[in-house]
Amino acid sequence: MRPFLYASSILSVVALAFWAYGEGYKTRATARAVSHLSTEIGRRHEELAMLRAEWAYLNRPDRLRALAEMNFERLQLMPLASEHYALAEQVAYPVVRDASWADGPALDEKLEAIATLRHEFGADAPPALIAPPTLADDGEQLP
Amino acid sequence: MIGPFRRRRIVPTDPFRPVPSLEAAPPKARPAPTREPAAVVRARAERRLKFTAGCFLAAFMTVGLKMGTIAATDAREPVTTRGAGAAIVNARADIVDRAGRVLATNVDATALYAQPHLMVDPKAAAEGLARIFPDMDPEVWHRRFTSDSRFFWLKPNISPEQQQAVHDLGEPGLLFGRREMRLYPNGPLAAHVLGGYRYGQQDVRAAEIIGIAGIEKVFDDELRDPAREGAPLRLSLDLGVQSAVESVLASGMRLTNAKGAAAIVMDIHSGELIALASLPDFDPNARPRPLLEGDPAEDPLFNRTVQGLYELGSTFKIFASAQSLDLGLTNASTMIDTKPGLRVNRRRIRDFHNYGPELSVTDIIVKSSNIGTTRLALQIGAERQKAFLASLGFFDPSPVELIEARGARPLIPDRWPDIVTATVSYGHGMSASPLHLATGYASLLNGGTRVQPTLLAGRPSEPGPRVVSARTSAESRLMLRKVVTEGTASLAEVPGYYVGGKTGTADKPKHTGGYWEDKTITTFASIFPAHDPEYVLVVTLDEPQVFAAGEERRTAGWTAVPVSAEVTRRIAPLLGVRPDFDPAHEAAAAYLAAAR
Repeated sequence: MRPFLYASSILSVVALAFWAYGEGYKTRATARAVSHLSTEIGRRHEELAMLRAEWAYLNRPDRLRALAEMNFERLQLMPLASEHYALAEQVAYPVVRDASWADGPALDEKLEAIATLRHEFGADAPPALIAPPTLADDGEQLP
Repeated sequence: MIGPFRRRRIVPTDPFRPVPSLEAAPPKARPAPTREPAAVVRARAERRLKFTAGCFLAAFMTVGLKMGTIAATDAREPVTTRGAGAAIVNARADIVDRAGRVLATNVDATALYAQPHLMVDPKAAAEGLARIFPDMDPEVWHRRFTSDSRFFWLKPNISPEQQQAVHDLGEPGLLFGRREMRLYPNGPLAAHVLGGYRYGQQDVRAAEIIGIAGIEKVFDDELRDPAREGAPLRLSLDLGVQSAVESVLASGMRLTNAKGAAAIVMDIHSGELIALASLPDFDPNARPRPLLEGDPAEDPLFNRTVQGLYELGSTFKIFASAQSLDLGLTNASTMIDTKPGLRVNRRRIRDFHNYGPELSVTDIIVKSSNIGTTRLALQIGAERQKAFLASLGFFDPSPVELIEARGARPLIPDRWPDIVTATVSYGHGMSASPLHLATGYASLLNGGTRVQPTLLAGRPSEPGPRVVSARTSAESRLMLRKVVTEGTASLAEVPGYYVGGKTGTADKPKHTGGYWEDKTITTFASIFPAHDPEYVLVVTLDEPQVFAAGEERRTAGWTAVPVSAEVTRRIAPLLGVRPDFDPAHEAAAAYLAAAR
């Protein structure tokens, strides 16, 4: 019994020594990884600052204004004006084909378009229709 | 007894003692060691083993506890380790607008320096550099590279392409240093507010960035403070509004052939400056040198909104009428004698037209009668007039956070005889900056409490000390509204925004004394919406001149007013002011109701 105890305790001491040795190396490796990571974080911070500066540069108002003017035919972007404000009552009800309230969630599938009144062009101005875009067969939006 | 500290006495050995014989004495039989009882031995061994086991247990438990703590604590982003820490400590904080859009930030840059003692071929290096940088003279640099100096700064900031070209020279004596560069991504937008920077102490690894003008200089210490940990400085400016104001102002300046222009948009209740524009402007990324000759007021660096001290003309009239109302000397419909021929201290006070024998106080403002305000001011008296203008901040440099504002003390006459009382009532004889005017209008018209102009967003704003009663403030707003609906500023009307304001045209003083006949400074100070004011807008044009309705026009009504109307039209929707077409807002009762 006793020799067995001696042997097992010596073996366990050896095993623990191996384990502790391994742990020491693992700890040092982790510390190195942490330091690499924090260097990496610092570099990413710098990169982020650079990207933020670039974003601000690309979005400077002068450039956006020039782009809006260049693409006026396509985008029709205008400076925000007081006519762009409207009351909730001025927004027309959606044009609905033979729908009843009982339809519930299916109602919005029957919506053809939304008509908005263009009161700034006078009382008789025809309402503008905002229709959902026509989708091609593959689901892509056509211009 | 021999104590532990006493030396043992040495006893001399006796020489006559017989030498012991060499034959060893038979060994004495040593007494057999008495064996301790087995039970005692066992107990001791057990004790020792237990002690050792305890030691091991304690050691392993310590390790285990430590591991447990490490495993149980949350991971945190390191802030003070090498890489990240260096970047955070060195960086100057960003400046952003009220919505967080970047106005000034830092980017990495490269500086070029030379160490001639490391050079292989100084002549080739100098010639190569001259090819890359056309402003470098190869002979001068060859001479320097062959001198005894061991270090030269060549360029503070070079582009990546230039860096590659220098690298391709293959000269070991040309070295690159790391830099941070201040970048103003919006170019000249809000240039006068931001100011500019220069490098301070520099080293091959880093360089110090120092603000030299505008808000960069005022908040230099705060921006450089590592304790901020990079938190940006948030200004009250709105990038969109600032951009719209500058573009409208630039076109207005072109159309009216003006030499310069300035505009201020201020929140009437908090004093926050939403836009502050002065033209001509400059690019803070490449700040020009100050002009050494000529009129400093024509320097692009000159900030007209705070440094331009002008006689602001009839815009001051509302202060005389408001004080008169507030003191109870008159009310809005009191008739005042406006017959021509009024003389004060033997000087004649003139009106632009003859407005007949008498006008009500409201009509004095609407028609802009100098004689009328002179009478009001003389009734108030010099002391009370001075105290009132001082309470609106006209006698001190503006407290706004710009370094330029501190030097711009309004020009006040030393003595204050009746003629000064008279001329100041219609804005001549003392000079103040457009920012002073905006602050005065905001304080007078926001309900009558003093505001302090500020460029920082989110300052807790409590109403300042009361300047005039809420009723006086409301009546003044109604008068200013009538200037637009019936008076000199009819072009200022923007449907839905109830603009109210006062024009001011002042002849430009000559440097040699006297006034120019054909050079004016025109100002339009306005509020919108007049019945429930939210913003003050001041537009000033320097030497405008337009040909309209058959003649050359230099008055504010034809120059500053249309520009101001266009600015209002553009910025009011951007500021989120809803247009309102309710005619009830035009009624005097609506103004008085707002005062309650």
